[in-house]
Order: sequence, then C-alpha cells, then structure tokens
Amino acid sequence: MRSIRAAAVGAVTLSLALAATACGGGSSSSGSNDSPKTLTYWATNQGASIAVDKKVLQPELDKFEKQTGVKVKLEVVPWSDLLNRILTATTSGQGPDVLNIGNTWSASLQATGALLPWDQKNFAKIGGKDRFVDSALGSTGVPDKDPAAVPLYSMAYALYYNKQIFADAGISKPPATWDELVADGKKIKAKGKSVLGAEGSNLSENIHHVFVLAKQHGADFFTADGKPDFTNPKVVDAVKQYVDLMAKDKVIPTGDAEYAQNQSVSDFAKGKQAMLLWQSAAANLKSQGMSEDAYGVAPVPVRSGTPGTGTQTNSMVAGINIAVFRNTHNLDGAAKFVKFMTSDAEQKILNTAYSSIPPVKTAQQDPAFGAPATAVLKNTLATSAAALPQVPSESQFETAVGTAVKELFADAAAGRAVTTDSVKAKLEKAQQQMPAA
Amino acid sequence: MTTTALKEPVRDTSPGAAREPRRRTGWIRRVSLPYLLLLPALFFELLVHLVPMVIGVVMSFKELTQFYIRDWGTAPWSGLDNYKVSVDFDAPVGKALLHSFGVTVAFTLLSVGLCWLIGTAAAVFMQDTFRGRGLLRALFLVPYALPVYAAVITWVFMFQHDNGLVNHVLHDQLHLTDKPSFWLIGDNSFYALLTVSVWKGWPFAFLIVTAGLQNIPRELYEAAALDGAGMWQQIRRITLPSLRPVNQVLVLVLFLWTFNDFNTPYVLFGKSAPEAADLISVHIYQSSFVTWNFGTGSAMSVLLLLFLLVVTGGYLLVTSRGRRPADV
Repeated sequence: MRSIRAAAVGAVTLSLALAATACGGGSSSSGSNDSPKTLTYWATNQGASIAVDKKVLQPELDKFEKQTGVKVKLEVVPWSDLLNRILTATTSGQGPDVLNIGNTWSASLQATGALLPWDQKNFAKIGGKDRFVDSALGSTGVPDKDPAAVPLYSMAYALYYNKQIFADAGISKPPATWDELVADGKKIKAKGKSVLGAEGSNLSENIHHVFVLAKQHGADFFTADGKPDFTNPKVVDAVKQYVDLMAKDKVIPTGDAEYAQNQSVSDFAKGKQAMLLWQSAAANLKSQGMSEDAYGVAPVPVRSGTPGTGTQTNSMVAGINIAVFRNTHNLDGAAKFVKFMTSDAEQKILNTAYSSIPPVKTAQQDPAFGAPATAVLKNTLATSAAALPQVPSESQFETAVGTAVKELFADAAAGRAVTTDSVKAKLEKAQQQMPAA
Repeated sequence: MTTTALKEPVRDTSPGAAREPRRRTGWIRRVSLPYLLLLPALFFELLVHLVPMVIGVVMSFKELTQFYIRDWGTAPWSGLDNYKVSVDFDAPVGKALLHSFGVTVAFTLLSVGLCWLIGTAAAVFMQDTFRGRGLLRALFLVPYALPVYAAVITWVFMFQHDNGLVNHVLHDQLHLTDKPSFWLIGDNSFYALLTVSVWKGWPFAFLIVTAGLQNIPRELYEAAALDGAGMWQQIRRITLPSLRPVNQVLVLVLFLWTFNDFNTPYVLFGKSAPEAADLISVHIYQSSFVTWNFGTGSAMSVLLLLFLLVVTGGYLLVTSRGRRPADV
C-alpha cells in the first residue's frame, strides 16, 4: 500500500516538474552574462571538409582560451543545414553564442531580430567600424540599420582555367569577354574537352551568376525601394544569357544541369574541363589534388571592356560574416571572441588557410595576400564586386529565382528551347512567390 | 489492489464514529490511484502529440513570417488569410499547391498499387516451401531494412546523367534511348521518384501479406484442388478473400506513408523538387522553411491533415460496410 502511494506521489511530482520545465523554453530575453566561462560557436564549412575546418579552427580557439579563460565549444555546421539550424535557434531562443553566416543572409536574418545589432558601442569593443573594408561592410544588413554581423572572410568570383588545355587548344590568354569565352569554347571542344563548369541545380550558385549578369545588363532584381522586379526586360536578358551558355552557346555541358554538389569543381580539378567560375577555389582545388601551377586565375568575363563598377561588375561580394546571437549567455565573452577572430593575426592565419581575403584593412596589406592568384580576387573585391541585394526577402529571392534558373537549365538540358518568353514566364512565377511585403 | 479489496469486509465491521471519513478516503484513494499512475502517460501524450498539433493549428491563423519568428506572441492574427492564400487556385501559391496535390495523388495511387501488387505476388509465390525460400525472403526485405538516406542516396548516384548506372544500362548497353536521359531534373523525375518509392515500399506489403497467408488453412486449398480449381482460381476464390482484412489495413497504411513521404523526395531532389515530382510534403516544407512563411506552411499542413482524415474515414467506412455481409 505504502509503496503504491509513493509511486503515485512520485508520478505526480514528475509530471509537475516536467510541465514546469517544458514551459520554461522559448524565452525572448536578450543577452546576459550568466555563463562567462564558455561560448558555443557555429562555424561555416570553409575547408574541403568539416574535419579540415576543425583542424584549422581548434588551435585558434585554444589560443583564445589561453588569453581570456573562455572555453569555446566549436561546431562546424554543413551548409545544407545551416540556415535551418539558425531559424530553429531563432524560434526557440536556444542557440549558439557566436555564429558564422553567409553574408548574403545578413538582411534576412537581421529582420528576424535574432542577431545582436552592431551599433557604435558594440563596434567600439572590437576596434571600430573603420577597420573593415567598405565592400565587405556593404553585405552586413540593410543600408540604414546597424549591421547584423561583422565581416570575417571575404571572397570573390574568378575565372579559373586549365593552362594545359588552353595551350593544347592554342589559346594564349584567358577570355576577358563572354564573346571571347564562347569563341575559345569552340577551340576547346575541338580538342575533346568540355569548356565551362556550372552547378545548374545549386540555387545559390545560380543566383550569384545571374545577379552579376543582371548588373552587366544594367539591371537589378530589386527596385530602389526593395520591391522585386524580376520581369524587367534587362533582367530577363541577363538570365537568358546565363542559361544560353548551355542552351545556345553550348559551352556548359548539359550534364551540369543536375550538378549541385560541386561536381563541376571536381571536373575541373580532374582536367576534364577547361574553365570554372568559382569563388576563392584555391584551397578546394588543392584538396582535390590539382597543383597550383596547373591552373591560372583571371577576372570573370564582362560583356565588353574591362571590369569596373556598374555594368562592368564581374563578381558578387562573397564572404562570411560573424554574428552574435542576441540570446547569448555570455555577451562580453562573445564580443571578445569576435574581436579575437577579426584581429590582424587571426585574420592572416584563417584567411590563408581558407584562401579567402581578409575584410580587415590592415590584415589585407600583408604580403601573404599579394600572390598573383589572390591579387585577382583582392582586386575584384576592391574594384568590380557588388553586394547582393540587402533586402529582408533576400533568402526567398535566392530560392525563387534560383529555382527558376534550375528549371530553365533542366529545359535546356532536355533539348527544349529557351526563349525570352519562357525565361520571362519562369521569372514571373518566381516573382509571384515572393512575399507581398 | 487485490489485498485492499479483500480487507474491505473486515473494515466494515469496525465501530461507528471513525468509519465514515475513513471509508471515503479509502474510496478516493482506490478510485484515483489508477488515474494518478496514468498521469505521466497522459502528460507525455499531450506533450508529444496534442500540443504540437494544437500549436500547428494556432500557427496557421497567424502571420508568422521572418519578422516574428523570434517572438511568436507578437505575430499578428491573420484570421483565415493563410487558408485563403492556400486555396486560391487562380493565384500562384494556390495553383502551385493544387499542382503539387495532383502530382501527389497520382504518385500515391501508382506507388501503393504497384507496392501492393508486387508484394502480394511475391508473397503468394513464396507460400510453398522450396529450397532457398528463407534466403529469398530475407533478400526481399533488404530495401525495407536499409536506412532511408543510405538507400536513396545510392539511387541518386544511379540516376546521375553522366556516370549513372541507369543511363549506362538503358543507353550505353541496351540502346533504348537515343541520348542519355535526365532522371533527377525535368519530367522523368516523376518516374525516378516512383521507382525508388516502390522499391522501398513493396517489401512491407510482402511482409504483411506473408504474415496474412499463414492464417489461411491449408485444407481450403486442398479441398479446392480436389474440386478442380486451378492456381488462378485458388488465388481469386481463397487467397484474396481471406486476405481482405489484412489488405484493408495494409493499403491504408501504405497510402498514408506514401502520401506523406518526405525523406525520399528530399534526399532525391533536395530543397526544390522538380515540378513533375513536387510532392506535397516537400512543397509544404518549401512553403514554410525555405520561404520563411510558417503561417502559410501550417495552413497547408492543416488542410492536408483534413484531407487525410476525410479519406481515411471514408475508406474505413466503405471497406467495413462492404465486409459485414461477407462476415455473416
């Protein structure tokens, strides 16, 4: 009898305790200093694999612990999961203290209010806003608000070309315009190699390329006041030009239409394909066994003339930002960690490891970033790169338009005609899917 | 509990004054104890099943976009707007949902039909003992036993355009197509999805029907054979009618699983499925997670839930009504 009663009491207590704790979640309080000795850090996958990233980052985190006594728990989150993980953390209020984000998401994540705004006071803690280059700061949130994140690594697109294939085809210098690229393509195909790689089913890659081409056509995907303008005839032309590289010019092989896992990088590294448009590919190519002497790096082609601003844009401002989660339990430690990661010394070490460019002015001056391959990227960032639209609906734009381009590639691959009308129809559908904000 | 019940008459004879309250507490204790012990189970049932469902329904009436997800409470009520958007079949969102619904229905009918047919056929063939039957049965169950991700990602490799096994066999060796086809993008993706789904689903039908066949008495077949019934007649007159109750559950379960299947299309096609294979579960995922509009996503989920409830209810009603006269 007694034991049954004890069991009943236990059961009731357990239920009540569970009910109490279950209701405790989802608080929307903003940062505190409850646990000053630890930090959780979500890093993006920058190296060839997650294991490589851990190897690069762990020694630096140990250094930070030695300096400040704060232990950093590292988790490298794969790209396929990252945005979902951030959204879940935002909804529940339970997340990391510090995290990396793709810089194009800055405005979208800023709108959720999940990230600590970098006002003047916060910037002062890490040495001031002036330490960072302007182009990188342009991808940290909507223009008239405090940035949602701080630039960490900068990257730019470049044209990587296989020197041997170019020599065999009798091409003396990399193409500077799209017409030259198509003309070179004929010579390369005559030698039995494929010409240019693309990731037709990777929505982000599609967006990066059509965004730059739209710039080259003198158009934007969004109007000045942030409304989607996908069916603008110049935008339609730009998207058609990109898909036509497969459909009409036949420089992108049809098989690339279903690529989404960087297969085009492998094709290039294996010497099957002459050219690749990629952002900061050096570390990736090295890990796939391609020697640095085997390929050259040139600016991405433009329609005519040389790269510059406006219609001469030839890259997006690619990169990674570091942000502080607003619900952090270690506000001071998080600020210290961001300061550490953006310090000159760490910037040099990390950007060298990832073959990216430091967005910190003083670190960028270092001779380590003066090699010819890096110089092309640095120069592109400084003179001819533009930031993707900094609007709250940016991530929806990537999905909607990225999918439209993917479907157009599928049409081209299946041998269906890609016309101005078919491109316009797909873009119209994409525009209708955008939130009516 | 039994001991308490046995003591009861003894207690009844104890002297007057203290008797009443003591009896009552004993009664309360006796009656309430089972409920108290059930409480944790009830709590977990609420926590795991009902609460998320209720929250999902509540979300569908809110404008839960990226601007409000950090603090749900502040998201404005939107009334039936999310539902209106979802079922406005002239507008793009509703049209896409309707298209996705159509694809899902066609896919489910074909997949369940083929799974059932192949599973039943295999089970009937495996009914008689022969050498190697155990081995074959085990082999048949392999697709069902494999982890979904590992199995489907293998199919992704096989369906690849350039180096995939499927194109190698169909194009390079059998020359059935004049050029390699795309399976993971474009219109063929529907057949790719159907193939994987049937491959993954039929062993379950096989397993259940095999179990059902064990309950059919051998004498029935012997008697039928004596009466001159051939194999086909035995299947039609004995096997299938005897399997009726098993099939009723089997088809329903297969239908629900296939209709709601998320893993297969997600692993095959990723976040944005090709139009031809845009199953509703992935479509809803895309409408909420990828476009960050959880209100509309929830409204679509609620609509899907209602549809499945109606279909399930109707199915059970029709099949059990049809069964009653047969049972008598």
